[in-house]
Amino acid sequence: MATTVQPQTGAKPAVSLSNEEILRYSRHLIMPEVGMEGQLKLKNAKVLLIGTGGLGAPLGLYLAAAGVGKLGLVDFDVVDFTNLQRQVTFGTSDVGKPKSQAARARLLNLNPDIQIQSFETQLTSANALELFKDFDVIVDGTDNFPTRYLVNDACILLGKPNVYGSIFRFEGQATVFGMPDGPCYRCLYPEPPPPGLVPSCAEGGVLGVLPGIVGSIQAMETIKLILGRGDNLVGRLLLFDALGMKFRELKLRKNPNCPMCGTHRTITKLIDYYQFCGMRGEEAPGPTVQVPEITPRELKARLDRGDDLFILDVREPHEYQICNLKGHLLPLGELTRRVHELDSSREIVAHCRSGKRSAEAVDFLRKAGFRKILNLKGGILAWSDEVDPSVPKY
Amino acid sequence: MPVKVMIPSPLRSYAGKRDSAEFNARTVGEALGHLTTEFGDLRKHLFTEDGKLRSFVNVYVNDEDIRYLAKENTPTKDGDTISIIPSIAGGVPAME
Repeated sequence: MATTVQPQTGAKPAVSLSNEEILRYSRHLIMPEVGMEGQLKLKNAKVLLIGTGGLGAPLGLYLAAAGVGKLGLVDFDVVDFTNLQRQVTFGTSDVGKPKSQAARARLLNLNPDIQIQSFETQLTSANALELFKDFDVIVDGTDNFPTRYLVNDACILLGKPNVYGSIFRFEGQATVFGMPDGPCYRCLYPEPPPPGLVPSCAEGGVLGVLPGIVGSIQAMETIKLILGRGDNLVGRLLLFDALGMKFRELKLRKNPNCPMCGTHRTITKLIDYYQFCGMRGEEAPGPTVQVPEITPRELKARLDRGDDLFILDVREPHEYQICNLKGHLLPLGELTRRVHELDSSREIVAHCRSGKRSAEAVDFLRKAGFRKILNLKGGILAWSDEVDPSVPKY
Repeated sequence: MPVKVMIPSPLRSYAGKRDSAEFNARTVGEALGHLTTEFGDLRKHLFTEDGKLRSFVNVYVNDEDIRYLAKENTPTKDGDTISIIPSIAGGVPAME
């Protein structure tokens, strides 16, 4: 069943296309499923993208190219060199620029006939309703639980569809929340996982094409909602496994007891989502354990002096291949099982990439009776900055 | 033919990097019991201390959410697929 999104009232809707627009969109116009009527719906539509990163890149590019009349881009981040592997809106010369502005420039170059508003701000409970109210469809391309719940709740409060996409390493999920009879994000996941139980950091990374695929699915769903064509993902969670190259779908039901969209709503306004997700401050994925440390410079001096130090690298084997300090490789996840490989009579310096995983390792080993053990402060990143810049940072 | 349990990538590192496992089980609870017996590290990611399924982990038998069936007592038959679907926020955290 096709569902149409009603455009927000306000400015007078466009009733015709210029000759140039007709040429630009001719491959839409010659399809009966779009046609002049559909293209005008796109031209009159207003879509807000939350996040202009990996998912936001194909979203922005395809929605701009398709002629969505007004696009809002919410992102407070700046383009980082490591973003370019997947955030295809940006070029190398954009590094260091605010993402919402760099994306706006790129999308206007692609389609100067549309209106693009960039909001260089963090989405918060204080500004979400105000930001959302002028848009017809909200597309969630964020990367953290607090914002996911915030986007969901704001969409439900305003009665707006929320086109959802999410990725992890090789897997993606997509669906449409917030339609009148459909479920919301809280129906699927009433609560977020506590920060300590999210996947470990040794599992970071993503294949750059994955957000391209999932973001493109979100773009397609957004356009279908605007056109009122086809079967959208309301009530279905689409799962994509890139390694197995398989799509599956699961049924999503509206939870009658949902505190947000159920028959007896108990959440009537936006809340503190960081607190709800068990986080304090803006980004606090759990504090680093306090353990005895050694700075990279101190370590270098001691090694130069010929001190007998056992360097313990608790990263993963594939990280060791990127760069290493010639340490003994024993991934944090295997430490419990392989602790017998270590000699507690020797002085040990543990390290990882940034110093966080190795702090956990040092903490564990101290509890296991190791007394002469230090954590390399700042990890390989600090070693590269302070001692040996030939060691690459990743 | 037993029941197949699909292990999602965020949890594979606690399951010997496996993407699925097969067990003979009459209910979802039984299958997950076998799974967490074979892979002990998975237990705290799926169950609370008092043995309840965590609220941010959804379990499906084929394409149905067990919360709308008989929860962990949902019966399974040979050839069924049980999927564990944890919430993923997305994004690409750098390593630490």
